[in-house]
Amino acid sequence: MNSIAIVEGVIALLLVLLAFLAVSSKKLITAIIYLSILSMLTVSSFALMKAPDVAITEAVIGSGLVTAVFLFTLFAMKKEGEKE
Amino acid sequence: MKKALAMLLLVLVGTLLFMGIYAMEGFRPYGEVDLAQRVSQAYIDKDVTGENPEVVYGISKDLETGSANLVTSIIVNYRSFDTLGEVTVLFLSALGVSILFGSFKGRLRSRYQPNFILRTGSKVVFPLILIMGVYIFIHGHLSPGGGFPGGSMIASAILLMYLADEAFRIRIEGFKMTEGIAGSLYVLLGLVGLTLAGYFLSNFLNTGTVGALFSAGIIPVVYVLVGLKVGSELTGIITDFLKGEVE
Repeated sequence: MNSIAIVEGVIALLLVLLAFLAVSSKKLITAIIYLSILSMLTVSSFALMKAPDVAITEAVIGSGLVTAVFLFTLFAMKKEGEKE
Repeated sequence: MKKALAMLLLVLVGTLLFMGIYAMEGFRPYGEVDLAQRVSQAYIDKDVTGENPEVVYGISKDLETGSANLVTSIIVNYRSFDTLGEVTVLFLSALGVSILFGSFKGRLRSRYQPNFILRTGSKVVFPLILIMGVYIFIHGHLSPGGGFPGGSMIASAILLMYLADEAFRIRIEGFKMTEGIAGSLYVLLGLVGLTLAGYFLSNFLNTGTVGALFSAGIIPVVYVLVGLKVGSELTGIITDFLKGEVE
């Protein structure tokens, strides 16, 4: 087993763990941050699997734009009973 | 307890999925596939007729598709019609967002103030991200990336400016115009191919040497159009998302 395979295995385990944390976290902002880290790790995973095209797209859209859109939606939501 | 159970179930389902995939006939482990038996060999040779034995970077001339990037040669040459459909899907989603948020006026006010480093640093990084985006879609036929990531990068540069500056506004009409013109030119390019070479979106230009910037026929042209279209479309979506608070 070479070192790249070990790194890939660690990343795969982290991906499962982060996905679980993102689903199960109580605060929405934490879930978004976990999702963003998950995307970043997916990028490195894609790069290790020799798919740079997919990696670039995932880096821009997955961890950049999607996170930003989620954050904006979160900021736009108001808590119940909260005054402007 | 509940969480541990859920985690256990997740691991179980994942293991079953992996075992199911690896037990499949024809799903070989990474690197052990005999490419000569697959259709991908035709894409590597850049010739579906099988007459072209070897492609050498920087030397081979006038191939079926002159793109050095294998993925690009599939996306905007062999499967260019699919890309046109993809662009249409993105256009429709942008249209939906703008219909949904169109009645809102003014900008959403965030509850925090951008700090000094974000305000100053974004002005330095903004042109660099723009140039990177343009570079990625111009060199789509040579290096990884292409129209979609390049356009998204341009949109993310605009997003950064929105985050850093409360008073930042763009004239969205110009972006809408760019989007429309780029989309129409893509269809027009396809129609030119239909009249000149016999089928829609055919690569009617000279493909040149593999690895040169001016090569691969219409692939760079299509990618520049797609990049401009995606960039302006996503900018429009972001601008719509930031609307709110009927003033």
